[in-house]
Amino acid sequence: MNFYSIRAIYKFEMARTWRTLMQSVASPVISTSLYFIVFGSAIGSRMVAIDGVSYGAFIIPGLIMMSLMTQSISNASFGIYMPTFSGTIYEVLSAPVSALEIVIGYVGAAATKSTILGLLILITARLFVDYQVQHPVMMLAFLVLTAVTFSMFGFIIGVWADTFEKLQIIPLMIITPLTFLGGSFYSIKMLPEFWQTVTLFNPVVYLISGFRWSFFGVADVHMGVSLGMTLVFLLVCMLAVWWIFKTGYKLKS
Amino acid sequence: MSAVISVNNLSKIYESGFQALKNVNLDINAGEIFALLGPNGAGKTTLISIICGIVNPSDGAVLADGHDIVRDYRKARSKIGLVPQEIATDAFESVWGSVSFSRGLFGKPRNDAYIEKVLRDLSLWDKKDSKIMMLSGGMKRRLMIAKALSHEPKILFLDEPTAGVDVELRRDMWEMVRKLREQGVTIILTTHYIEEAEEMADRVGIINHGEIVLVDEKTRLMQQLGRKQLTVHLAAPMAAIPAPLSNLPLTLADDGMALVYDYDANQERTGIEELLRTLNQHNIEFKDLHSRQSSLEDIFVDLVKNGVNREAMAS
Ligand SMILES: Nc1ncnc2c1ncn2[C@@H]1O[C@H](COP(=O)(O)OP(=O)(O)OP(=O)(O)O)[C@@H](O)[C@H]1O
Ligand SMILES: [Mg+2]
Repeated sequence: MNFYSIRAIYKFEMARTWRTLMQSVASPVISTSLYFIVFGSAIGSRMVAIDGVSYGAFIIPGLIMMSLMTQSISNASFGIYMPTFSGTIYEVLSAPVSALEIVIGYVGAAATKSTILGLLILITARLFVDYQVQHPVMMLAFLVLTAVTFSMFGFIIGVWADTFEKLQIIPLMIITPLTFLGGSFYSIKMLPEFWQTVTLFNPVVYLISGFRWSFFGVADVHMGVSLGMTLVFLLVCMLAVWWIFKTGYKLKS
Repeated sequence: MSAVISVNNLSKIYESGFQALKNVNLDINAGEIFALLGPNGAGKTTLISIICGIVNPSDGAVLADGHDIVRDYRKARSKIGLVPQEIATDAFESVWGSVSFSRGLFGKPRNDAYIEKVLRDLSLWDKKDSKIMMLSGGMKRRLMIAKALSHEPKILFLDEPTAGVDVELRRDMWEMVRKLREQGVTIILTTHYIEEAEEMADRVGIINHGEIVLVDEKTRLMQQLGRKQLTVHLAAPMAAIPAPLSNLPLTLADDGMALVYDYDANQERTGIEELLRTLNQHNIEFKDLHSRQSSLEDIFVDLVKNGVNREAMAS
C-alpha cells in the first residue's frame, strides 16, 4: 500500500470539499430542513404514528438516506469526472499508484464527505423532532456502507460519463425515483400487496429499511436481509470498479 | 553506455483502428538529452504516453530503469517525471498545494525544502501561494515542470516544453534542462523547434508515421547528412549559368547575382577548388564567398519529405 499517494488524493478531494463548503454541506442541510418543516411538522402532525413511531421521526432515516445516496453519487462522480474532463487525470494515471489506491482516495473522500453530511442532517433533525437511536453502531455501519457503495457507484458514473448531462442523468432519472419509491416517506406496508412485491425489487428499500431499523427497531424487511443486500450492492460496485481499472475502460486509450 | 529506457517492438493501434506506432525500437542512454523530432501526428506523444502509463500499449514492451512499465509499473513510474504537451491544471489549487500533491501522489514523503528549491529554480517561489488560475501561460508551463520534478525523477519527459513560451523563458528552460542533466537526470524532449534540438540534444531521433526513421548523435547526424552550401556573390549579374560550369551542381540565385554550389563536406574532393579555378579561367568576378552547413531542420525536412516520396512511389 502506498500510503502517501492515498493521502495525497484524499487530501486533495477533501480540500475541494472545504473550498465548496456552502454548496456541498449547507445546501443539503437546508433542503432537508425544509422537508422536516413540510412533511415532518406540517403534514406529519396530521398523520397517525407508523409502527408506534411518530411520522416526523419516521421520515428521518429516509431523508438521511436520500441525501446520503445523492450526495455520495454527486461527490464521487464529480471527483473523477473533473480530472478526466480537464485533463489533470494524466498525473494520477502516470503515478506509481494501484487502482485500489486510487479508489480508496477518491471514494474514501466522497464517502467521508457524505457521511459527515448524513450526521449533520441527523443533528439538524433534532431541532424539529425528538427521536432516539436504538442501535447506534448499526446505524453508523449502514451509514458508512451506503456512503461507500454509492460513492463507488458515483465513481463508475463519473468514469462512464463524457458529458455533464450524463453525469446528472442517472442520479436524476434513477436514484431520485428509487428513493422516493423506496419508503423514505412511508412504510411499504401501507402499499397494496402487489406494489409491495414490486417494491422489493427496489434496492433502496433495503437500505432505508435497515437504516430505519437501527433507529426504531422496526423495519419493513428483516434487518439481516437489509444488511446482506447492502453488502451485495457494495460487492457489485467493487467488481465494476475493478473491471474499469483492469481494462482501462475510458481512463486509458 | 547503459540504456535507461528501452523500447522493444512497441506498437499502438488506437480503438479507432489507427496505428499510431509501428514496431518502435529505441534505447535512451542514461544521462543524455534525447530529442524526439517529428511532424504533427507522427506519434511522439503516443510513445511518451505509453512509457508513462497513460496509454496502453498494443504490443511490445518498455523497460524504464530496468523495470517493465506494465508488470513493474510502480518501480518504473516512480523513476519518471512527465510534462505533458497540453497544460492541464486545477484552477483553484495553489502552486504550493499542487506541487506538494504531485510529490505525495508519487509516493514520496513530504519535503518542503526540496519543493522550495524546485519552485525557486523555476522562478515560481514568489507565486507559491497564488491560485493556479492567476498564473500566466508561461508560469503554468513552469508549474507543470515543477510538478514533474516534485518526486525527484531520474528520467524526465518534456513533451513540447517550449511551445508558446517566449524567447527569454525558452533560454531559461534550456538552462534548467542542462542543469538537470548535470545532476544526472535523463531528459527526453519533443519539439517542433529544430534549433532547440540542435542547441540542446546529445542525440536526436526522428519519427514519422509512427516509425523511427533515424536515431543518431546530433553532431554526427549533422556531419554525415550535413550538406554544405557555398554561395558565390558575383560582381555582375548573370542571365544563365555559363556553359563551362554547366556540369557542376550549381544554381543561380538572387536575380543572377549569386551562384549557389551544393557539396558534401565529407567527400575527399569537394569540388570547390575546381569551381573557383573555372570561375577564374573564365574571368567571372566575384565579391564574396560564403559557406554554410545545413541545419538539422534541413536534414529533418529532407528525411520527412523523402519518406513521403518513398510512400508516393510505393503506391
Ligand atoms: N486517442 C486516440 N484515438 C485515435 N487516434 C489517436 C488518439 N490519439 C492520437 N491519435 C492519432 O495518433 C497519431 C499520433 O498522435 P500523437 O499525438 O502521438 O502525435 P504527435 O507526434 O505527438 O503530434 P504533435 O506534434 O502534433 O503533438 C495521430 O494521427 C493522432 O490523430
Ligand atoms: Mg504530441
